[in-house]
Amino acid sequence: MIHSLFIINVSGDVFMEKHWKSVISRSVCDYFFEEQKKISSPVDMPPVVATPHHYLITIFRNNLYFVATTTTEVAPLFVLEFLHRVVDIFEDYFGECNETIIKEHYVIIYELLDEMLDNGFPLATESNILKELIKPPNILRTIANTVTGKTNVSCTLPSGQLSNIPWRRSGVKYANNEAYFDVIEEVDAIIDKNGSTVFAEIQGYIDCCIKLSGMPDLTMTFVNPRSLDDLSLHPCIRFKRWENEKVLSFIPPDGNFRLISYHISSQSIVAIPIYLKHYISFREGKLDITVGPKQTMGRQVEEVSLEIPMPKSVANCNLTASQGRYTFDPVSKVFHWDVGKIDITKLPNIKGSISLGAGAGPVEANPTVTVHFVINQMAVSGLKVSRLDMYGEKYRPFKGVKYITKAGKYQFRL
Amino acid sequence: MTDAKYFTTTKKGEIFELKSELNSDKKEKKREAVKKVIASMTVGKDVSALFPDVVNCMQTDNLELKKLVYLYLMNYAKSQPDMAIMAVNTFVKDCEDPNPLIRALAVRTMGCIRVDKITEYLCEPLRKCLKDEDPYVRKTAAVCVAKLYDINAQLVEDQGFLEQLKDLLSDSNPMVVANAVAALSEINDSSPSGVPLVEMNAPTINKLLTALNECTEWGQIFILDSLSNYNPKDEREAQSICERITPRLAHANAAVVLSAVKVLMKYMEMINDTEFVTVLTRKLAPPLVTLLSSEPEVQYVALRNINLIVQKRPDILKHEMKVFFVKYNDPIYVKLEKLDIMIRLASQANIAQVLSELKEYATEVDVDFVRKAVRAIGRCAIKVEQSAERCVATLLDLIQTKVNYVVQEAIVVIKDIFRKYPNKYESIISTLCENLDTLDEPEARASMIWIIGEYAERIDNADELLESFLEGFADENSQVQLQLLTAIVKLFLKRPADTQELVQQVLSLATQDSDNPDLRDRGYIYWRLLSTDPAAAKEVVLAEKPLISEETDLLEPTLLDELICHIASLASVYHKPPSAFVEGRAGLRKALPARGEGGVASSSVETTSAHPSVIPSHDTLIGDLLSMDLNPVVQTAAQPASGFGGGHVDLLGGGLDALLDVGGGGGMSQAAPPPGGGGLLGDIFGLGGGDQSGATVMPKVLWLPAVKGKGLEISGTFSRRNGQIYMDMTFTNRAMQTMSGFAVQFNKNSFGLLPAQPLQVPAPLTPNQSCEASLPLNTTGPVQKMDPLNNLQVAVKNNVDVLYYACLVPMHVYFVEDGQMDKRVFLQTWKDIPTQNEVQYTLTNMSHSSDSVVQKMQQNNVFTIAKRNVEGQDMLYQSLKLTNGVWVLVEIKIPPGGSVYTLSIKSVTVDVAAGVYQAYENILRS
Repeated sequence: MIHSLFIINVSGDVFMEKHWKSVISRSVCDYFFEEQKKISSPVDMPPVVATPHHYLITIFRNNLYFVATTTTEVAPLFVLEFLHRVVDIFEDYFGECNETIIKEHYVIIYELLDEMLDNGFPLATESNILKELIKPPNILRTIANTVTGKTNVSCTLPSGQLSNIPWRRSGVKYANNEAYFDVIEEVDAIIDKNGSTVFAEIQGYIDCCIKLSGMPDLTMTFVNPRSLDDLSLHPCIRFKRWENEKVLSFIPPDGNFRLISYHISSQSIVAIPIYLKHYISFREGKLDITVGPKQTMGRQVEEVSLEIPMPKSVANCNLTASQGRYTFDPVSKVFHWDVGKIDITKLPNIKGSISLGAGAGPVEANPTVTVHFVINQMAVSGLKVSRLDMYGEKYRPFKGVKYITKAGKYQFRL
Repeated sequence: MTDAKYFTTTKKGEIFELKSELNSDKKEKKREAVKKVIASMTVGKDVSALFPDVVNCMQTDNLELKKLVYLYLMNYAKSQPDMAIMAVNTFVKDCEDPNPLIRALAVRTMGCIRVDKITEYLCEPLRKCLKDEDPYVRKTAAVCVAKLYDINAQLVEDQGFLEQLKDLLSDSNPMVVANAVAALSEINDSSPSGVPLVEMNAPTINKLLTALNECTEWGQIFILDSLSNYNPKDEREAQSICERITPRLAHANAAVVLSAVKVLMKYMEMINDTEFVTVLTRKLAPPLVTLLSSEPEVQYVALRNINLIVQKRPDILKHEMKVFFVKYNDPIYVKLEKLDIMIRLASQANIAQVLSELKEYATEVDVDFVRKAVRAIGRCAIKVEQSAERCVATLLDLIQTKVNYVVQEAIVVIKDIFRKYPNKYESIISTLCENLDTLDEPEARASMIWIIGEYAERIDNADELLESFLEGFADENSQVQLQLLTAIVKLFLKRPADTQELVQQVLSLATQDSDNPDLRDRGYIYWRLLSTDPAAAKEVVLAEKPLISEETDLLEPTLLDELICHIASLASVYHKPPSAFVEGRAGLRKALPARGEGGVASSSVETTSAHPSVIPSHDTLIGDLLSMDLNPVVQTAAQPASGFGGGHVDLLGGGLDALLDVGGGGGMSQAAPPPGGGGLLGDIFGLGGGDQSGATVMPKVLWLPAVKGKGLEISGTFSRRNGQIYMDMTFTNRAMQTMSGFAVQFNKNSFGLLPAQPLQVPAPLTPNQSCEASLPLNTTGPVQKMDPLNNLQVAVKNNVDVLYYACLVPMHVYFVEDGQMDKRVFLQTWKDIPTQNEVQYTLTNMSHSSDSVVQKMQQNNVFTIAKRNVEGQDMLYQSLKLTNGVWVLVEIKIPPGGSVYTLSIKSVTVDVAAGVYQAYENILRS
């Protein structure tokens, strides 16, 4: 089980430690630093490192390393999932999770960590339960507490902790009852030099924001549930009904949560929303890229941006863009073009020259272009919610569904 | 107003200031002070000096303050055990608090304070909390038992907490069940015996499966992990558990998914219903693929596990090749794992795609990754024969890029391709030779040299090329030196005319100027070979090489099976069994359940089928090591051997092998049916005087004197003929009346000796008449250990009376004909038997040569496995097997011309040693 947690920043300071069993000296982090020396980029830190007496299981998020140590055989995914949960909870509490925030709220952080794990066993990891135990900070409450001498720590046992639906607290009340669903689809694709698709798949999510009073029991049906054959469900969903009727039936948690995530595999045909026409030659020092929409069902492509990690030998770029701004960082050699919206009548284009550094040898590697984009009001897989019904409560909620398609890991090989 | 203010310090001693604040009368100030203390603690400062002051703040109604003080206590109680006692009263009081949150908090914190004195006080409150009306308290208490076990295992057992914990498995609240499962499995893991505390049976499993649906995600992980330790009693049960677990595959938590995969992979082994397995297999693919869209760290663990799953059941992911394609911004650890799985999934159907991907990767930036991609192309060529040509073309393209490390890797893999497909792609050699100068890594240089040597006849300037390497011979890596030596010898054997000088040069460099014993030895061997018998040298050096196998990096099947049981654990990430790396873990090793409903019968099939596949790999390893003894060259002088180690015996036993084979043949003939007058071999080995088999037969001794036998005198002996033990007896009637109605019976004895047929004595036996009777015996009777071991109690009945006597059976009649142990097995067994099982004896006044010892023992089914000569002494290594299957290994030291032999006897059952020694004595003196 999880023994201790160390939070380390990229410059190698251990600025927070928490032990759930006996204290492990932070010198154990030296093994971590040894590994860290070997890697070229902070994301390459190996997730599992064995030391003579401990195992270090690490995640890298928000430019921070969260290093858990264990002494015994343990399921590493359990530890990794837990660490990610810790960061999620911090983000949920403080809006974001970085070194400054953690240092500012160390007491709450410490209390949270203590509440989440007991002797290495997860105790309470649901955000709504934790929020009942330890109130999230806000200015009003801080002032009120200073005046009245109250604290952020609740004295009563959270109601949801032990019920059969631990994800929902009882006695929720809202003046306006609303339920919003975002169907978000991220397209992961690799497109080769010739423009043919090497690989494409869709990673989809339905994220919810639900503010409903009492104990609402919801069912969501889809126009075309067939495409959902590989999905992960939030524990609140009744699996049997999904399996038999392809209906999502659930009592939702209160607030924001991810209802399902699904995966449309590379074996089905995935629409490619954007194409790239490109010419790049380092020998000639030329670059010419045009971006255009492909299968977008007539929707506008927005927030388009391109990123190219150039080979080390590139010294500078001198380009003109038909729209948007471009930057080239001569240190990291990353070229970035912020395109914005794609106007179909005049496709965005960037061209010009790239200069190689003096004495640089031949360029060995071909760069890869990562593209970002957003298309609103479209789910690229064609998934569509047909209806949402509520049982168990009498009021009429306001319901809304929004569709967004985004680029996930969307890459062009040049 | 943030917590950051707690970090600010004043110049006046910080600890001093905190001390006065902690003792302040104002509650508010106290709380702030405790927060400051905690702040210092989180960043690793030592604030243990404030212990008494902080503990004083513990008595409070303010829950936050209480929690903070508890946090402090957990960290520092160990360093201040006497002070920690001060806190006990408050804990005990809090355990009675009406608020369940406080009760739980108290019992939880007490368990974290690892001070012996405190644990004594913990028992009573813990007992109460385990039966608390509130499930929150019960589930906290369950974990507390595990904490306590870690501190004082004996106490937990004595106080009966384990029983209480087991009771919680039937708790009405699923969260309590999950925590009880987790606590029990942690206790199990740390218990030294490794024997499960809770016997998993159908009702328990049922309870767990019910709780599985209702408890938290973490609880599901614990429950699934303990289900994976259960072996269902039959196929039906396995199927029904699988069905109830399958929904977990759709869980959002990756750890739950992988733990479910583990259980399913294990139980699938038991299921014969192919349709069920196919459906299950189809259900496994999507969740595994989904894991690959999680965070990179999760992907990594998933990939390591998929690597195992793909080796065990390649079908599951055979259509999912594309999800393993590498994205350029994947972390390097993900890239390398994906590449590995791509090669495992490569097949004729998808090879084109795989190759074009690999070629793409070979132009990436990351050097490690590029290298591995180039290697992967080579592995594809070896794995999928149809693709070999395309792979070679791709590699040539890559060589043309002239990127240094790409070229070097390519040459290393091309060497393997040449070995796999001889005489197919040699046309590319000239292209390879162009890149000779750029090679600076030992492995690439060695590979290139190997290629030049192997194909010397096709490369016109092979001699020049090799000569150019030779210039810097002394600076080369030993791998390159060895390769260069061999390559030049090959060249010489192929083109002796113009390379004589070169070969002499390299031989002298290797033998005279080098400190590396491997290199020197190889140099000498070649030298001697070339100078004595060039034809033999050709046969040895240019011998046909065995083809390299397709997948060299597959895990050994038994290890794979064990690892499948450990999917989702650290073991699965390291691809090592937990016993290999988890400290102090002596636990039972897991094994996949046997397939089939028959249970016992089919499981034995499973194990036998598993065995041959494991042992060969082990075998070939040793085989390689020992292959030297096939070389007639190895007639080097005996090395001073320190003890019985490794390959010495075999290395030096070469000459004896041939001799032994003849002896072995003789041994066989013994076993063959009637070795009457005819058999030639029988004649040769029938030296033992009148006795046909040559086996030693002790002279008859008087077993039953007439005075005790009421006139019947019995003398006799035992012998082994044609694989059968005989009791040869002479009955003499010294009485005045005729005797008849003979019968014989044996008491239970050590080897289960039993008459195979009724005693046949020609009756009646008249006074003063003698008769011979030979009674065949077998060893299938009841066994009882006798003292001495070879003691046999016999009852003979005749018309006069029942007569009893005891006799000693000479041990050698129990030596069976198939007692010849394989040489390698012998080596291994000798090492495996602990030294305390070795017994030494001396045989004095001996006058045999070692050869006659070999022969004499051979005739009695003692087989000489190896012979060597150490400092003039002959050492014989012999094996024999007893009728009850006990193997005995013997080392005999025979000094030159000496008469005192030293006998070292090793056996798993050390009791037999005395008897074996006696048998040697008897045989060698006969």
